[in-house]
Amino acid sequence: MSQITLYGLLGSALVGLGLYGLIVSADALRKLLAFNLLGSGVFLLFGVIARRGAGAGFSGDPIPQALVITGLVVAFAATALAVGLLVRLGETAGLEDVDDAPASPRSAAPEDAPGSAGGPQ
Amino acid sequence: MSAGLMDWAGLMWMLMRALMQALVGWSDALLVALLVLPVLAMLLGFALGGRAAERIALWTLPLGLAVALAIGALVLHQGMPLEYAMGGWAPPLGVALRVDGLSAALLLTTALVITGVGLYARADFATPSGVAETRASLAFWTLLLGLWAALNAVFIGRDLFNLYVAIELLTFTAVPLVCLKGSPENLQAALRYLLFALLGSVLYLLGVALLYGAYGTLDIAQLAAAVRGSAEPAALVAVVLMTAGLLAKTALVPLHLWLPPAHAGAPAAASAVLSALVVKGSFYLIFKLWLDLLPPQYGQQIAQGLGALGALAILFGGVLAIRQTRLKMLIAYSTLAQLGYLFLVFPLVLSPVTLLAATGEGTPPAWTGGVLQLVSHAFAKASMFMGAGLIAIAMGHDRIGELGGLVRVLPVTLTAFALAGLSLMGLPPSGGFAAKWLLLRAGLETGQWWWMLVILGGGVLTGTYLYRVLAVAGFSGGESAPRPLQPVARSRELIVLGLALVSLLLGLLPLSSFEVLKIGREGDETAAVEALTQPAITGAVWP
Repeated sequence: MSQITLYGLLGSALVGLGLYGLIVSADALRKLLAFNLLGSGVFLLFGVIARRGAGAGFSGDPIPQALVITGLVVAFAATALAVGLLVRLGETAGLEDVDDAPASPRSAAPEDAPGSAGGPQ
Repeated sequence: MSAGLMDWAGLMWMLMRALMQALVGWSDALLVALLVLPVLAMLLGFALGGRAAERIALWTLPLGLAVALAIGALVLHQGMPLEYAMGGWAPPLGVALRVDGLSAALLLTTALVITGVGLYARADFATPSGVAETRASLAFWTLLLGLWAALNAVFIGRDLFNLYVAIELLTFTAVPLVCLKGSPENLQAALRYLLFALLGSVLYLLGVALLYGAYGTLDIAQLAAAVRGSAEPAALVAVVLMTAGLLAKTALVPLHLWLPPAHAGAPAAASAVLSALVVKGSFYLIFKLWLDLLPPQYGQQIAQGLGALGALAILFGGVLAIRQTRLKMLIAYSTLAQLGYLFLVFPLVLSPVTLLAATGEGTPPAWTGGVLQLVSHAFAKASMFMGAGLIAIAMGHDRIGELGGLVRVLPVTLTAFALAGLSLMGLPPSGGFAAKWLLLRAGLETGQWWWMLVILGGGVLTGTYLYRVLAVAGFSGGESAPRPLQPVARSRELIVLGLALVSLLLGLLPLSSFEVLKIGREGDETAAVEALTQPAITGAVWP
């Protein structure tokens, strides 16, 4: 098995694991981790494509490498935004654990009810 | 007297010509301004903060509208698309920007809706006197400008990776708009939206990787030529992955769960942009992938599937909208249903009958119908959400059952609501009528009667849920007219009415004027038909 095939398969495995996690887990933080795993798989595939498409005398095609750097920045920003939302949600709703499903009656903290009950403007 | 009039007309004509000639030299600068202007304004507003952010955003509105108008006029004048290679590097090494007839129309729609929303939002997001800066208003004005830049980038992009960045920027500006009010429900809705969008973006990126690996370019036109030349199964897999991702961002039915709470929970001005424009950005990419990038014979099976999901969205969204008790939720579910119509375009345009008939006469009617549906829904829905905002201010709530007598409190807003509703139902005269009529005609011509039933059924459902609102708000109310809790400025009502009128007037334009949309598409058309007459390629993908 060549190096390219091995890394290609690894990348695909990460994509599969991430996708499974993103779909199956209810916990928002787990979903976020799964998204990052899935993203890593995609970035690894970009690396494989860079190596496979390398010109003579080069170790890799530079364009996919450049794309990965941009992709990393975007994924980082997305993760930061999601974590920010999670923290904020935990603070305002007084939750220990955050699902992405609508809050169940159990998890709605009573002390926030008056301030937050305002519906659409 | 008539000679004087002739001179006048002649002078105006000469002036227009001179203006156009001056504009031609500026076409590159105009394309760059589409991106640079809102981004610069956003950064400047963010840096200066407070009242300056609002002032800068309000000054950017007419400038951006002027740029979009100038670009539209140029495309119309030259009869061919504008192109610009950034930094002088041609694709595949560089990144090209391109405005054809369709992009020009969408840029103008975006500019008009954002201008309306900006003017409307002045009252909601003004920094109160005595305070240096409030979080909500700073966030709203900077995000509105960022969203505008992202939409412009989506509509003029030609490079799939560049489009990825644009669509991410769109998500990152749209998600915070959902939770501007910061209540736990809003945050929950925003988080849910973000998680769906992230799944979408990573699937899209996977498709980009596969396409680059197979063809070594990400320029849409070059990819289309390459796919036509040699069909790799990877191309189809990649486009299906990207479509699945974009469907999550467009909220087509199995992936729609995030949309109603997010769009209904946001402040009215934000809901208007989210529902009218943001979901259209990702739809536009699906449209490009299937109709511009892939040769038509690839899409035929999958187009039926996309159409079926669209039909499901129309029926499901309509039924759920009828069952809502809050006005904003009803409008959000209506967005879900109206988005479904857009997906009927794929089976109708990609049908073999349409493709063979289109050899001589340019774009098929279903294509025009889809674009018209997109544009008229954008205006109608922006008007409806902003109208609902005014209703909530005047009545203090948006419970549909208790809106009795609204017609005496906000007659103009209710009229606008009814006019926008005409367009959503597809009754003449309105842009929505022309769109749905073109889709119906395409259904008849291609012998796909089942889509016609869906379109007609969707119209009935739309009529039902809008009647529920209008019947309560317009006719009952008793003897004593309810008093508005808070007065609503007449100017805000007029903005809402103006947007509704635009969606109506689109239906009064003669159909021939939509030929403008196909500027820059003739080449693709003939190529598509050539590809259809070469069935040898199909065997490689569909054994």
